[in-house]
Amino acid sequence: MRGKAGPSLFLLGLIMMFLGLVREEALQVLGKAITLCLQCIGIG
Amino acid sequence: MRRRRLSQWMAAIVSNSYLSGWLEGRIYQGKLKMICVPFLNCYSCPGALGSCPVGAFQSLAAGFGRTLSLYIGGLLLAIGALGGRVVCGWLCPFGLVQELVHRGKRVRRRLPKALEKVKFVVLGLTVALPFVWRDGVGLAEPYFCKYLCPAGTLQGGLPLVAMNPGLQSLVGWLFGWKLLVLILIMVAAYFYWRPFCRVLCPLGAFYGLLNPLSIWQLRLRGERCIDCGACTRQCKAALDPTKLPNNSACVRCLECVKACPTGALTFTNKKPTNRAFSGRVLKY
Repeated sequence: MRGKAGPSLFLLGLIMMFLGLVREEALQVLGKAITLCLQCIGIG
Repeated sequence: MRRRRLSQWMAAIVSNSYLSGWLEGRIYQGKLKMICVPFLNCYSCPGALGSCPVGAFQSLAAGFGRTLSLYIGGLLLAIGALGGRVVCGWLCPFGLVQELVHRGKRVRRRLPKALEKVKFVVLGLTVALPFVWRDGVGLAEPYFCKYLCPAGTLQGGLPLVAMNPGLQSLVGWLFGWKLLVLILIMVAAYFYWRPFCRVLCPLGAFYGLLNPLSIWQLRLRGERCIDCGACTRQCKAALDPTKLPNNSACVRCLECVKACPTGALTFTNKKPTNRAFSGRVLKY
């Protein structure tokens, strides 16, 4: 198993990223990240 | 300055280089926040230019849509598949903070093995809880960020609260709790090398699972190893790279590779040959 799965996992990761981008998840991330996360800073 | 330290400083500075945020006590709201950095870096830090993958993953999962983010999962998988926990050792700003607190301590303290498994439980809860623990209207919260993440308190909470009187009036028990968690981790970091990374970090746990599978790995050339123990003495996480080079607890700082006097330990993407690995059985 040592190292052999690495390239396949890397490729799987890239495919998942691509599918996520097609689903416009980057825009969803942007929508969350430009709003101050009160829970993250310990206030919400 | 050592290459690794330089790399850690560069990552910390570049990912938190929104100067207006630091000066005016507000967060960056530009398009760069579409991009997730591969390490723990709170997007509510006034200097943060990118998004924290853990915070973003949890926030997307916590919404009404219960989005299991392929974008963030894929990014972390691809990066982890390249080098496992290299990101922890060479880029993570909160790892740098802990190392600076620990600086100069020569004592290598071993953590109980059971404690080092806790991060996998934290990883499981971080992924699962926003999907299953919901309030009456069907919303969840980023539970790891809310109750545990010390990076958010250090990078986001403290500077924002210090600079915004409006936020100061909202400070309550949760801020006190997060401050306590941060203080406890910093005290632990004084005595132990990177305790948060070794015990609690969900991102470290995820990358750690990929350590034995990644393309670049620590490899031991058995015929060159003289069993001098230099690598084990150098490992600040108190691991033995000759027994388990790709242990999930290893943050791949690669100090062991530097310490090896015979070049028996290497960090490489090359496949082992029978000759190179003769004379020693490696356990993975």
